[in-house]
Amino acid sequence: MSRVLLIEDDHAVRDGLRLALTRQGHVVEAVETGEEGLARLAATDVVVLDLMLPGIDGFEVCRRIRAVGHLPIIMLTARNDDIDVVAGLEAGADDYVVKPVQARVLEARIRAVLRRTGGEPGGDAATPERHGELTIDRIGFAVTKAGKPVSLAPTELRLLFELSAAPGRVHSRHQLLESVWEHGYLGDSRLVDACVMRLRSKIEDDSAAPVYVQTVRGFGYRFGPL
Amino acid sequence: MKALRGAWSLRARLVLAFALLGVVTTAAVAGSLYVQARTVILQKAQDAAVLAFTDQITRTLPPRVLPLSQAVLDDLAGRLSNRDSDVVAVYRELESRGSLDPGTFTPELRAEVRGGHVAWQRMILFGQPVLAIGTQVTTATPDLEVYAVRSLLPEQNSIDEIADRALRIGGVSLVFAVLLALLAAGSVLRPVRDLDVAARRLGEGDLTTRLDIRGPDELAGVARTFNTTADALERQVGELRRMEADARRFVADVSHELRTPLAAMTAVTDVLDEEADRLPGDAGEAARLVSQETHNLTRLVNDLIEVTRFDSGTAALALDHVDVAAAVTATLHARGWAELVETDLPQGVVAELDPRRLDVVIANLVGNAVRHGAPPVSLRLRAEPDWLVFEVADSGPGLAPEVLPHVFDRFYKANTARSRSEGSGLGLAIAWENARLHRRGDRRGSLVAGNRPTGGAVFTLRVPRGPEEKW
Repeated sequence: MSRVLLIEDDHAVRDGLRLALTRQGHVVEAVETGEEGLARLAATDVVVLDLMLPGIDGFEVCRRIRAVGHLPIIMLTARNDDIDVVAGLEAGADDYVVKPVQARVLEARIRAVLRRTGGEPGGDAATPERHGELTIDRIGFAVTKAGKPVSLAPTELRLLFELSAAPGRVHSRHQLLESVWEHGYLGDSRLVDACVMRLRSKIEDDSAAPVYVQTVRGFGYRFGPL
Repeated sequence: MKALRGAWSLRARLVLAFALLGVVTTAAVAGSLYVQARTVILQKAQDAAVLAFTDQITRTLPPRVLPLSQAVLDDLAGRLSNRDSDVVAVYRELESRGSLDPGTFTPELRAEVRGGHVAWQRMILFGQPVLAIGTQVTTATPDLEVYAVRSLLPEQNSIDEIADRALRIGGVSLVFAVLLALLAAGSVLRPVRDLDVAARRLGEGDLTTRLDIRGPDELAGVARTFNTTADALERQVGELRRMEADARRFVADVSHELRTPLAAMTAVTDVLDEEADRLPGDAGEAARLVSQETHNLTRLVNDLIEVTRFDSGTAALALDHVDVAAAVTATLHARGWAELVETDLPQGVVAELDPRRLDVVIANLVGNAVRHGAPPVSLRLRAEPDWLVFEVADSGPGLAPEVLPHVFDRFYKANTARSRSEGSGLGLAIAWENARLHRRGDRRGSLVAGNRPTGGAVFTLRVPRGPEEKW
């Protein structure tokens, strides 16, 4: 059972999703505006966020949630609008679904994103690994750089775990989508690109010349070689 | 070049007309002047010569002794002759001796002179124009006739000079006429050429084309008519475009408006599906129906929105390097078609394309083949140097000839009785647009429908491929 904060301005969609998610066993707090949502973050495990909101919009809500913590965020986009999706992912959303969405699809995404915040991580290293200045602790879910803790959102952490589990190996976007996001083969590879950007901004000295998460043009991403 | 040839022939006609006009006018003016001048000059010379001759005869005393002798005649002719004229005197059977022969003169002249008149005649003698004058010396000696021949060469020279000048003036005026004609042709033909260019531009779709209106002539009138017509055309086409844009925007707006209630309905279809089995009687049936039709409506609205995105040009490619065989296999697996389709997919073909759009196209083609065609359905991938070629074929009856040109039309139904639930009616139209969206330089992707010689429909998708992808 998880606590879902649903921020959606249309009452019918809000009621429908609340009804469906509640039946799946979630505790759903449904609010109409971003302001109301931001006031209720404390008792929440995952946020389902409509991008088109009166008052402060979904992108801004996303940024404010990211500014204070790593609560998983799933965007609801009204259109399959590429610009909205990219902007939302850059604002820090972990995943997105396009409305109209079936409850079981949203439910699957919620479970996937929640799995990233706990459970068994990839790899079985009992002791923290060192990669250059980075220390990755797969048990304690912690990453430090030059001794200082690095604050990573669950998806970013999972992505780093996945990549660093096999340093030097190239992971295609599709492989990462399946292993980290639990999407099918046809998931949106922009999820990976946006998350890599956010991860780099936190662990690299220079995001434009990445050392840890490197792009292999035409293939995907690779951890190292350092 | 046809238009240019027309222009040249118009120019030629104008030049010819002007030249003819010039020549005719010059010939008329110069000709009449020449005739006038010639007459006047000759008349004067004639009058002067006749006067001088008769004067001279009067002053010369006629011989008294009759009949006249040869010597007297010779003497008389000698006295009357001078620098300008030769004279011959004739008396009955006698005539003075000299270079002149009275037989040279026409019988008419002789008869006139014998009749007692002073007579004259222009004639050619020894290749020279001359004036022959004849008269009787006095009534006292009625048989004595005197003839003088005076050269008209100076007059002839004057006349020749006039003719020469007239010819020269004619030539100059002809040149002027041609030049003027060229000028006029230019000034007439420039607007014609402008009109030609403007009409062509208009025909090519530049509806803002207008002509400058110069002057008040007929060509300006034509230009004005052209401009008015272009105005009307631009207005009407603008109106049509606006109406079309309005219609498209309306579809887009309606689709988006439908999405919100559909989002609410879709959210609870799972609830309906779960409860349907537990609901008594018709209620369960109704719940299943509502759930199923909500999904159909959602698909229709999604397809409509996709179509409006193609229409408005906002559909964009999200290119990625894709293992083509893996992508196609994933498409088939995701829809449960893996067992229904015979595939021939060469491994290791990597291409830069939009995987989600490829999925849409392949899913549409295979879905169509599975629903409308007969098994076996086959999917073949061929990697050519510049193209990826996908062939989806079934073994059904194939597409009827009258259907073929319309398979990619929106909402086209080959069979009007066909069940609606088989698709939104936009699937193949969207597949076609998705294929076209893939482009590399000037090469565009394509989707073509046809029939196999062995029977069955075949859809061929071609996606352009860059040289950097051949590994």
